[in-house]
Amino acid sequence: MRAQFVFGEVWVGLRRNLTMTAALIVVVAISLSLLGTGLLFVKQVDHTRSLWQSRLQLSVYLCSAVNPDPNCAKNGPVTKSEMSQIESTLNNLPQVVHYTYMSQAQAFQQAKQLFHNEPVMLSFVQPGDLPASFQVKMKNAQADAVPVTDALLGQPGVDSVGDDSAILTKFYQLLDGARNAVIVVAIILIVAAILLVANTIRLSAFNRRRETAIMRLVGASNFYVQLPFLVEGMIAGLFGWLIATALLAGAQAGLDGLQQYFPFPVQLSTTDLVEVVLVTMLIGLALCGSTSFLTLRRYLRV
Amino acid sequence: MIHFENVTKTYPNQSRPALESVNLDVEKGEFVFLVGPSGSGKSTFLRLILREERPSEGRIYVAGRDLARLTNWKVPQLRRRIGCVFQDFRLLPAKNVYQNIAFALEVIGKPRRFIRKVVPEVIDLVGLEGKGERMPDELSGGEQQRVAMARAFVNRPMILLADEPTGNIDPATSIGIMKVLDRINRTGTTVVMATHDAAIVDSMRKRVIELEYGKVVRDQSRGVYGQAY
Repeated sequence: MRAQFVFGEVWVGLRRNLTMTAALIVVVAISLSLLGTGLLFVKQVDHTRSLWQSRLQLSVYLCSAVNPDPNCAKNGPVTKSEMSQIESTLNNLPQVVHYTYMSQAQAFQQAKQLFHNEPVMLSFVQPGDLPASFQVKMKNAQADAVPVTDALLGQPGVDSVGDDSAILTKFYQLLDGARNAVIVVAIILIVAAILLVANTIRLSAFNRRRETAIMRLVGASNFYVQLPFLVEGMIAGLFGWLIATALLAGAQAGLDGLQQYFPFPVQLSTTDLVEVVLVTMLIGLALCGSTSFLTLRRYLRV
Repeated sequence: MIHFENVTKTYPNQSRPALESVNLDVEKGEFVFLVGPSGSGKSTFLRLILREERPSEGRIYVAGRDLARLTNWKVPQLRRRIGCVFQDFRLLPAKNVYQNIAFALEVIGKPRRFIRKVVPEVIDLVGLEGKGERMPDELSGGEQQRVAMARAFVNRPMILLADEPTGNIDPATSIGIMKVLDRINRTGTTVVMATHDAAIVDSMRKRVIELEYGKVVRDQSRGVYGQAY
């Protein structure tokens, strides 16, 4: 193997179709950075989701004396036996991790804390107004909410079940939508990049048909004939990837900028960035390498 | 060295075979002219030896190898033992004489020290002393063909195939080309030359194989171009 010879040939090849190579590098850079942005998005969404997941719980509101809802109006406020009935249901549900009882007095205290800036609001609330509740923590807040709610609703003494995750669903949909859009665009661009790699290699093979014809004639191995083209494709991919890495570092900063809109930490770590950059490198090299290889099989037969 | 056994080659979408039931042997160190009109199967014959084509029927042995059993992977090894010269020289215009010849060795991974040693030798052998730095377009047709022969011979092949090597060259220069081929032949290399050049065939008095419509119609040692009878 004579590396110097191979790289000499690669250099000649890259120089001969400089414009094609430049176009290839740009397309690879953009498609890889969009793909990477999509992956960063996925990570961001995952971070946010797991952060919320750990805090989400169901609130099982119990009937109180002043509750006008039909469930409660019929039976009146929750009784001791109804409460132990509800507790045993909670104990028997496999999805429930643990639950805590919040009495009417505790609920009132919490409300006082929440609205301590708004005395007008507070003045409307009396200690007996807020219902007592069970705060239920589940194994998987998203998936388990429905079966747990179904099991509890309609039980005597239960007024309603409030699900925190319902509020977040819209927010997740927004994030997922944005992520999907980025990934779809990235995939379209990757298809464009693949076609461009194929074309560049084909052009390169055409430009160097004299050399390859002679190489085949004097018995150069397939590997030797194809390697310069393969390396050519890979180098273009590598340059594209370097540019994409720079763009991705920018994208990470941008995503972290979203931080200010959230009152909780969802910052992407450098590890996340490095992971995404490595994934895009592998994808980029695999994409350029395999496309070059397949194109060559078609255009440089023995 | 070259052994054809009942070889027939039919190209796709053609009714008449390019070669039909060809049986022949070329021994090591022989010099053979392959003559016949255009389309008689000379080029097909050469392409089959190089395994650029596979026969439709029959067996071919080259340098002791059964080409039917040769995997694609091994074809380059076969071709390293066969040198090729063409009517149109096929030199690389961007490389000088030395680089053109060295290219044939570089691409099969020969070490540079070896290349530096053998390329000047072969330049001398074909009579291009002192012209190693010239570019192909600074050379005459005869000189370009000498470069092509040097490139074909530099790896010391067992067989040299020449497809009308004098086709683009005037008769006086052709004599020089033939002298080089003869010199290569004297090193023990088997030479198979397809040609239309009657004067050359007649003057060399070597074995002549004549093809017509894909069949061997004459195989004569010390033959001439035209019909001998």
